[in-house]
Amino acid sequence: MAEEFRTCPVTGFKVHLPAEKLIKVNGVTAVVAILIGGIMALLVAMTRWETIHLLSPLDYYKFLTLHGWNMLGYWIIFFEVAILYFTAAVMLNCRLASPKVGWLAYILMLSGALITNITVLMNPAKNAIMFTSYVPLKADPLYYLGVILFAVGALTAVLLFFATLHIARKEKTYKGSLPLVVFGALTAAILAFGTLFFGAVALVPTFTWSMDLTPTWDALVYRIIFWAFAHSSQQINVSAMIAVWYLLAFLTVGGTTINEKFSRLAFLLYILFINIASAHHILVDPGVTPAWKIWNTSYAMYAAVLASMMHAFAVPGAIEVALRKKGYTRGLFEWLWKAPWKNPAFSALILSIITFGFLGGITGVLAGTEQLNIRFHNTLAITGHFHGTVAAGTTLAFMGLTYYVLPLIFRREVVGQKYAVYQPWLFGIGVSLVAIGMMASGLYGVPRRHADLTGFGGAGFAFDYDPTAFLWLSIMGLGALLAAVGGALYVLIAVGTLLKGKKL
Amino acid sequence: MWFSIAIVWALVMFIMMPLWHVYGKQNPSTETYKVTPADFQKDVDAFIAKYKVGEEKGVPVVAPPPGSDIYLLAKQWSWSPVLKLKKGVTYRLHLSSIDVLHGFSLYPLSINFMVIPDYEYVLTITPTQAGEYYVVCNEYCGLGHQQMVGKIIVE
Ligand code: HEM
Ligand SMILES: [Cu+2]
Ligand SMILES: [Cu+2]
Repeated sequence: MAEEFRTCPVTGFKVHLPAEKLIKVNGVTAVVAILIGGIMALLVAMTRWETIHLLSPLDYYKFLTLHGWNMLGYWIIFFEVAILYFTAAVMLNCRLASPKVGWLAYILMLSGALITNITVLMNPAKNAIMFTSYVPLKADPLYYLGVILFAVGALTAVLLFFATLHIARKEKTYKGSLPLVVFGALTAAILAFGTLFFGAVALVPTFTWSMDLTPTWDALVYRIIFWAFAHSSQQINVSAMIAVWYLLAFLTVGGTTINEKFSRLAFLLYILFINIASAHHILVDPGVTPAWKIWNTSYAMYAAVLASMMHAFAVPGAIEVALRKKGYTRGLFEWLWKAPWKNPAFSALILSIITFGFLGGITGVLAGTEQLNIRFHNTLAITGHFHGTVAAGTTLAFMGLTYYVLPLIFRREVVGQKYAVYQPWLFGIGVSLVAIGMMASGLYGVPRRHADLTGFGGAGFAFDYDPTAFLWLSIMGLGALLAAVGGALYVLIAVGTLLKGKKL
Repeated sequence: MWFSIAIVWALVMFIMMPLWHVYGKQNPSTETYKVTPADFQKDVDAFIAKYKVGEEKGVPVVAPPPGSDIYLLAKQWSWSPVLKLKKGVTYRLHLSSIDVLHGFSLYPLSINFMVIPDYEYVLTITPTQAGEYYVVCNEYCGLGHQQMVGKIIVE
């Protein structure tokens, strides 16, 4: 037993070695996914930038489907699984309940991801149906099988997390109440549990239908169930991201939240209200009642947004207090100038908070109200919204954490520190421009997922969009180039560190 | 302890969400009916036969009487018919699809609705400005998705 652990010389955590190995493979897989997703992002963005208009419709739909899955699915969720193991095992000084189950989860997720990717690549004409996979567009059964395997694998990882928390509590491996970061991860895991359950409800009948075993099923009901699952899955990302915010505030400047209860309450609000707020995806669908729409878009959403604002207040507060304690007390803002901006994890944290809050949050509140939703639905403005939340916000937080995972878990000194300083800025500003360009062009009615805005594939009623829309699309394209450089730098630094970084 | 409460509540909400939709009452200004693709196609055909005034790019142009029920059918990958409407007059627009999901997006106003097979969505609309409007499909509906543009003329 004893040799299964090592003590971290920096943090003093007792690190369970089998857990550490699982953190490593899930983390590396996530980085491979962002590499694939990033290449696809560039190709897709260079197509939507109409001046360049790179890809044919078929290639565009293929790469867009792959971009969605590899980014929102595989990059984010493999990274989150690594976070779950890190918080449950490492931060609580506990052994992972069952490393075998952890490997099973990993193999399920990996094979699912590979199967879906390969089916889309091999037969895009049939399988490039976008990650939303709306029925009754029908892909090959293998496509859905891949999605189901991935979801079951992720569910297994979540259960393993719960089991590990249980052991930690029983064996009293930590003192006092659950640390806040773990609490945040727990929030994410609870949300994930319900989400994955609904994922299965939506996808298993779709899978059997694709094999002609069961009759077609109602397209509206699919959408309702799908969004019950898919939007709450976004809340997993928000909770995980915020857990990472607290962790980074602690790691970068030693900040701890000013009021634990306050922060915990904010996490709790997520669990209680976010599921309800998910109905905004179906606001312009037939068959959804007005009373429901109103409750959903007002009370429930306010509660969830309130929670985000609580965190967005608590985390910078923690940073400020910690820096002031270090003696940076002159004037209102000395702490801000003297903050460790040279540390890429710190700038990634700050950029994550800003992009999530300003770009993602505010546009989300706007788009979630029923009246405005009619204007935004399925336009590029929606895609802009979640490039603010998850593509900029969550991704930056995870990138920032990577700069600590590399030395602490992989025990290698980060290579290219000189460039690492700029990496979050390039990526953050780039994706912000992508998000802004998308939102603004969406206001002119530019649709998402559209292969040919200028020619409409030769359609009879082709017309010209407002030229301003194209200007915004060019800004999106320029942002994409910048983001691609920042993203490539991230992958290079991570992989370079694994291969060449000095062993610590 | 309060975690169990949270979990239970989350699950209740998860379950309530679809139930609410399925059993909730209908909205008076937008109405929804179940309809089979064949029935909807029949209604649209009858509507076109009755009020057709011409053809543009191979698509029938229809000028329905003011205040009537008007139809727009989405299928891979076209909108039919072209509607000729009068400014300031209220119509009941019946929307549905006979194959997969489509998205109704009216340019340049950017007014957007989902069009879902088996459901007939009835929207009460009053055009307030004369001009030519285009209906872009903004939900991915297969490889010809980018070709799916229709037209509405308001006089
Ligand atoms: C290098 C950075 C990125 C760039 C340049 C980029 C660009 C784009 C573009 C141009 C689209 C296509 C919009 C359309 O045509 O409808 C898109 C869609 C999307 N992106 Fe990104 N993106 C980036 C990063 C990310 C990240 C990190 C995530 C998630 C964590 C993400 C998630 C998505 C999703 C879910 C879609 C929607 C796919 C669909 O409509 O099916 N993106 N992105
Ligand atoms: Cu369509
Ligand atoms: Cu379409």
